[in-house]
Amino acid sequence: MASSLEPITKRTTPATKARNPRLRHIGKLLIRDKFLYVLALPGLLYFLIFKYVPMWGIIISFQNYSPYQGVMASPWVGLEHFQRFFSNPDFFMLFRNTLAINTLSLIFFFPLPILLSLMLNEVRQQAYRKIVQSIVYLPHFLSWVIIVGITFILFSTGDGAVNQMLVSLGFEKIDFLTNKHYFWAMLTAQSIWKDAGWGTIIFLAAMAGIDPQLYEAAKIDGAGRFRQMWNVTLPGIRSVIVILLILRMGHIMDVGFEQVFLMMNGAVSEVADVFDTYVYRLGVKQGQFSYSTAVGLFKSMVGLILVIGTNKLAKKFGEEGVY
Amino acid sequence: MSYRSRDRVFQAVNAILLGIISLITFFPLYYVFIVSFTEPSTYLSSELQLFPKQWSLDSYKYLMSTNAFLNAIGNSVFLAVVGTALSLLITSCLAYAISRKRLMGRRIIMLLILLTTLFNPGIIPPYLLVRDLHLINSIWSLILPVLTNGWYVLLMKGFFDSIPTSLEEAARIDGCNDVSVWYRVILPLSLPSLAAFGLFYAVAYWNTFFTALLYINEFSKQPLQVLLQNMLIDASTAAGGSVAAEMMSEQRIPPETLKMAAVVIATVPILLVYPFLQKHFAKGAMVGSVKE
Repeated sequence: MASSLEPITKRTTPATKARNPRLRHIGKLLIRDKFLYVLALPGLLYFLIFKYVPMWGIIISFQNYSPYQGVMASPWVGLEHFQRFFSNPDFFMLFRNTLAINTLSLIFFFPLPILLSLMLNEVRQQAYRKIVQSIVYLPHFLSWVIIVGITFILFSTGDGAVNQMLVSLGFEKIDFLTNKHYFWAMLTAQSIWKDAGWGTIIFLAAMAGIDPQLYEAAKIDGAGRFRQMWNVTLPGIRSVIVILLILRMGHIMDVGFEQVFLMMNGAVSEVADVFDTYVYRLGVKQGQFSYSTAVGLFKSMVGLILVIGTNKLAKKFGEEGVY
Repeated sequence: MSYRSRDRVFQAVNAILLGIISLITFFPLYYVFIVSFTEPSTYLSSELQLFPKQWSLDSYKYLMSTNAFLNAIGNSVFLAVVGTALSLLITSCLAYAISRKRLMGRRIIMLLILLTTLFNPGIIPPYLLVRDLHLINSIWSLILPVLTNGWYVLLMKGFFDSIPTSLEEAARIDGCNDVSVWYRVILPLSLPSLAAFGLFYAVAYWNTFFTALLYINEFSKQPLQVLLQNMLIDASTAAGGSVAAEMMSEQRIPPETLKMAAVVIATVPILLVYPFLQKHFAKGAMVGSVKE
């Protein structure tokens, strides 16, 4: 039935009979592609129900929402919740923690995949390289529960292996998990363990695309290994580095909820609380739905502006961007 | 030093450094593995052991004899199997439909999907929605709200776009309609890609924690990750999940070896699919990098 794919033109519907030829045309298209619409329907329903209905649910941040009155009948309060949030000392604390965690990640996490992929790229024995890659990629697939759990097993002051080792070497025990001075460092270290290896994939792919003739030419000019890395490999992946850095800046408001939530305890909550954990605690646990939705909306709006802004920036640098 | 010997030194130093990095990465997992197989009566927490003094499966036997643990594993297996199957079905159907250029409304649908990747309404509105749908404490609350996502649909659409249209035309001449083209032509051709998406969905479902924290209160309906959190994290801080605490109160077996056995059991499924995942890392870098 090859004919079923031929374009349906308006000529097939005599204008005299059709009250609205445009509508009839649409009807014909719908009938022709009915199976496609049936296939698309479940997915479309998903997006409408689970993505667009919640977007409408945002209006409760301008109300005093009560579950008994529902979204339609709850009283409007305008920007009251936003004003309350901005004048609350919590606002400063959440902002500081979010920025601190992300800044540490930019400084200490971001360069590591680049360094590691430079090292992996220099390995000649493919078997050895495969083994190292298999090991460093693995933690990416473990859940935060497992990673934080292992952290507790290894770093607890009671019988954690790390503290046992410190004691046997004659040092004092360190309260890694309950000292607020170590909290951000612990988060950064965990992220490095989980994802520094995984982050190399995109750089290794970029390195694989570098023309081998460039290395030949550099060698003839007498360049050693480091010179080749500096003058051939790094310039070859520069655009990837720039775009990843820019896109990372677009997510500076995001801190993984699960990691912080699981690592958080009473002793460190002052440096641990970020927007998502705050929203979870006040909204889900304490039932302040309108206020916590307002906090979440503020975070999402700033995030949206940052993502769009950084994408524009990436395009200015001549990169493709994501959107 | 000559160029060749300098190169040798460079290679050796590089290989050694990478070896050390691999060891550091691998050590925590190795340590947990070793302790979990240690005969509980010989385990001393004050001693760092790198090899079990006496191998034993007692911690595993005990864990597997508790209802709470078996129940949690059952819930997580259900999530990983049913969730992955449904997610793949829904994602591939929608991606296939919008990859057909003749579909009316295709641009609007794609725009609507793209917008969901840009703006996220936060935690509370979806929570209230799930509550209004009476899905709280239902295992479906862990599947339906994360059934598919915009990134995966658009990535898979891109993949379907790359399948030559001549194949579809040939199938149509043989009498296929849209559904049979999808089922007989597109799906078989994209099996490797579907496998990659399936693996990433399966890992995400197996690691389900946040949605369970939000939507499930009943202990018997919790997936494995929540039980693990109770055992590993709550129990070592002050509170302690009651069922988990009870579970670990077995006198003969120290909580440490039990905790580590639980971590190993939760990690094994990941290790089992890991070799298959590795085949699809290139795609995975795209798929995985967009889901946090």
